[in-house]
Amino acid sequence: MPSPDQIQKELKQRVEAAYVAGQPLCIRGGGTKAFYGREVGPSQMLDVRSYSGIIAYEPTELVITARAGTTIDEIEETLAERGQMLAFEPPHFGEAATLGGTVACGLSGPRRPYVGPLRDFVLGIRCLAGTGKVLHFGGQVMKNVAGYDVSRLFAGALGTLGVLLEVTLKVQPMPKLEVTLQGKAALKEAIQSMNRWAGQPLPLSGSTCDGAYLTVRLSGNGSAVEQALRRLDLERVCESGAYWLAVREQRLAFFADEAPLWRLSVPPACNPLDVPGRWLLDWGGAQRWLTTNAPYETVRAAAREAGGHATLFRGGDRQGEVFDPLAPALARLHRRLKAAFDPRGILNPGRMYRDL
Amino acid sequence: MQAPVVDELRRILSAEAVIADEESLRAYECDGLSAYRALPGVVVLPDTVAQVQQILRLCYQHHIPVVARGAGTGLSGGALPVRGGLVLSLAKFTRVLNIDPVNRTVRVEPGVRNITLSEVGEEYGLFYAPDPSSQIACTIGGNVAENSGGVHCLKYGLTVHNILALKVVTIEGDLLTIGCGALDASGYDLLALLTGSEGMLGVIVEVTVKLIPKPQYAQVALAAFDQVEAAGRAVAAIIASGIIPAGLEMMDQAAVRAAEAFVHAGYPTGAKAILLCELDGTPDEVAEEMRDVQAVLLGSGAAHIQIAADEAERQRFWAGRKAAFPAVGRIARDYYCMDGTIPRRYLAEVLTRVSQLSSEYALPIVNVFHAGDGNLHPLILYDVNAPGELQKAEALGGKILEVCVAVGGTVTGEHGVGVEKLNQMCVQFNADELAQFHAIKTAFDSEGLLNPGKAVPTLRRCAEFGAMHVHEGMLAFPHLERF
Ligand SMILES: Cc1cc2nc3c(=O)[nH]c(=O)nc-3n(C[C@H](O)[C@H](O)[C@H](O)COP(=O)(O)OP(=O)(O)OC[C@H]3O[C@@H](n4cnc5c(N)ncnc54)[C@H](O)[C@@H]3O)c2cc1C
Repeated sequence: MPSPDQIQKELKQRVEAAYVAGQPLCIRGGGTKAFYGREVGPSQMLDVRSYSGIIAYEPTELVITARAGTTIDEIEETLAERGQMLAFEPPHFGEAATLGGTVACGLSGPRRPYVGPLRDFVLGIRCLAGTGKVLHFGGQVMKNVAGYDVSRLFAGALGTLGVLLEVTLKVQPMPKLEVTLQGKAALKEAIQSMNRWAGQPLPLSGSTCDGAYLTVRLSGNGSAVEQALRRLDLERVCESGAYWLAVREQRLAFFADEAPLWRLSVPPACNPLDVPGRWLLDWGGAQRWLTTNAPYETVRAAAREAGGHATLFRGGDRQGEVFDPLAPALARLHRRLKAAFDPRGILNPGRMYRDL
Repeated sequence: MQAPVVDELRRILSAEAVIADEESLRAYECDGLSAYRALPGVVVLPDTVAQVQQILRLCYQHHIPVVARGAGTGLSGGALPVRGGLVLSLAKFTRVLNIDPVNRTVRVEPGVRNITLSEVGEEYGLFYAPDPSSQIACTIGGNVAENSGGVHCLKYGLTVHNILALKVVTIEGDLLTIGCGALDASGYDLLALLTGSEGMLGVIVEVTVKLIPKPQYAQVALAAFDQVEAAGRAVAAIIASGIIPAGLEMMDQAAVRAAEAFVHAGYPTGAKAILLCELDGTPDEVAEEMRDVQAVLLGSGAAHIQIAADEAERQRFWAGRKAAFPAVGRIARDYYCMDGTIPRRYLAEVLTRVSQLSSEYALPIVNVFHAGDGNLHPLILYDVNAPGELQKAEALGGKILEVCVAVGGTVTGEHGVGVEKLNQMCVQFNADELAQFHAIKTAFDSEGLLNPGKAVPTLRRCAEFGAMHVHEGMLAFPHLERF
């Protein structure tokens, strides 16, 4: 087995060679999120799975550093042994999901509105820029304003700025108690309730609504959860872990639909949007899943009008734009930033936007 | 400043909003790091976003360096003018534009003071979490530019974790909207990149912040220690026990005594160090966790623990901490505040090293800091009028930061690099990394006009400082002239 140093060296040489040749590379971890983003055109595959392993885990510091090819399963199991977790609950979408792919996609699960998104937990990265140079940004400490915050910029950049080699994440203690509550509610009513509660000091850690039921999760220290339980007029559900896992992993029946799946990110309290299709609300109303065959522009316009944006998450045309198009000045800045990291445009070209 | 440019500025702005006489310019000579001073050529105080755009276009056209300025409380010289350049003050941008209690957001202009955000949330039971000690003076624009923190950041995060959207004017005069009313936006996470960018990438003209529900109840414990090291170990032990306090601050004996003399907080002046540990939540939850925290504190060698008897006492305990910097200002001619952050497990070790360095340099050091985050604030006491003392203080400060980097930390946790920590940046980053920072800067500001010379050192400067990392036996950029 080649050592991590050797593997890193090989990856570096691959990127250097591609840089010289102007050869586009498609960066691939476990391939579990290959459906996400746009299709990359003709390219060579750069498989980063073999660059794996946990480098440092300090439970007392609430910090873990691992190589990008490490599976998220391995990381979560390691943390669980010490009663800790990735608080942003990243969706895996398969056992093969790697740390690098997870950070590059930047997706977060049901706990996100209450604890923060993935990018909040990224403390540092090591990466290969599009020139093959190995760069290190951020670190292992909670507060760090030395230099621009490149680590967080890489979260959700879909590998278009660099190849992630290592990531340091902040972790959190698992809550002592978690309970799930449910009640009947239509979307509009659920949105109001979820936002009313979110404005109160309650230990919320999840809230969804599918149009029929409102489901809420409470997490924390025993007494806080017990007290909140009494305040919410909802019924306690017995086995609840499976539900939140199914929401996170998109395993609910809702997600089995043939129609394209959209993710609308909007101000949480905005009223149900007037687009035909089926809806599932997560994040207390801030993340709305929609399966619809409505024209793309209709979906985008509705999200924008509500003050948010829409992503064609799964299915549909993966060669068109799947993310909300950027205003011209912003798009120009994106291209300049991309060129600052990847001057020849060889890393996942087109994965985020056609001309990026 | 060329007269035609000043005339043009007077056409864009009202006459009183363009300051060009030397006496009035003096007020803008420095920020909170007053050892560094430079007289700007002109100071402008625009009132509208359109004016900011016009001013920046003018500067771009005439190649005039621009330094944005909030309240000027920065501690790293970030708002230090460029000699003869333009200072763009956001002092007139003080309007609260929109309060949305249901979505729990507030949209404000950048000159709004930090404290105002919590004040407007008050009636809805909401607050803005990052609370720098300077919160009654510093602006949200400055907070975003520095990614400022405060005593409650351990639990609630820094500025970057608590903002949703920005409006930014580029040096070319474009108005960008970064982020939106939702929890995320499409494209790169420019919100993260701009936060903490020290006015180098654009001028922030609007900020949307997130408000969060005020906890029902908060309680603070004051633990006294006979040994600084034991207090350091207690911090690591609390975090390790699975509790995340709302605040966990440490003060050494000198800080305790200075604060006590200043605000009479009720601190034990005999202790070698104290920890303030705040917990918040429901009363039962706080009581439960407070028992756990007390056990950890005693187990780590706390000599005495006092729980604030009531809200008034809790406020008093915090008043001492929040007044610590000015309190130290009363006992020393000048002080120089460092801002390194380290992994918490090295607290005891690094504090010991800091006190050794203090003796070696024969300059007293007072420690008062965000212990829960591992964010140190050694205050080096010196006398600016004593020949060579400032240089000695700077050299000592530099050594402290190098110790922080050596244990895996960083040279600045929340105050920014500014002009102050440029040399130490050469220790923390190698030439390729610094070159990458410069490339980011160029993507936003191709002419290098926004806050030039701050935050990221030139490679030449690092070469002169002699601390440039040499990678794999080779200097990076072998093809570049040897600086
Ligand atoms: C007594 C005291 C206590 C302090 N305590 C803390 C603390 O607990 N935590 C902490 O983090 N900091 C603290 N600070 C440091 C300081 O208050 C913060 O850095 C604060 O955010 C600076 O805000 P300001 O409005 O004064 O910005 P300024 O000092 O005016 O500017 C700071 C930087 O931001 C840039 N800038 C300002 N406004 C804009 C804008 N609109 N657009 C673009 N760039 C802009 C400037 O160019 C400069 O680089 C303290 C300072 C003092 C004096």
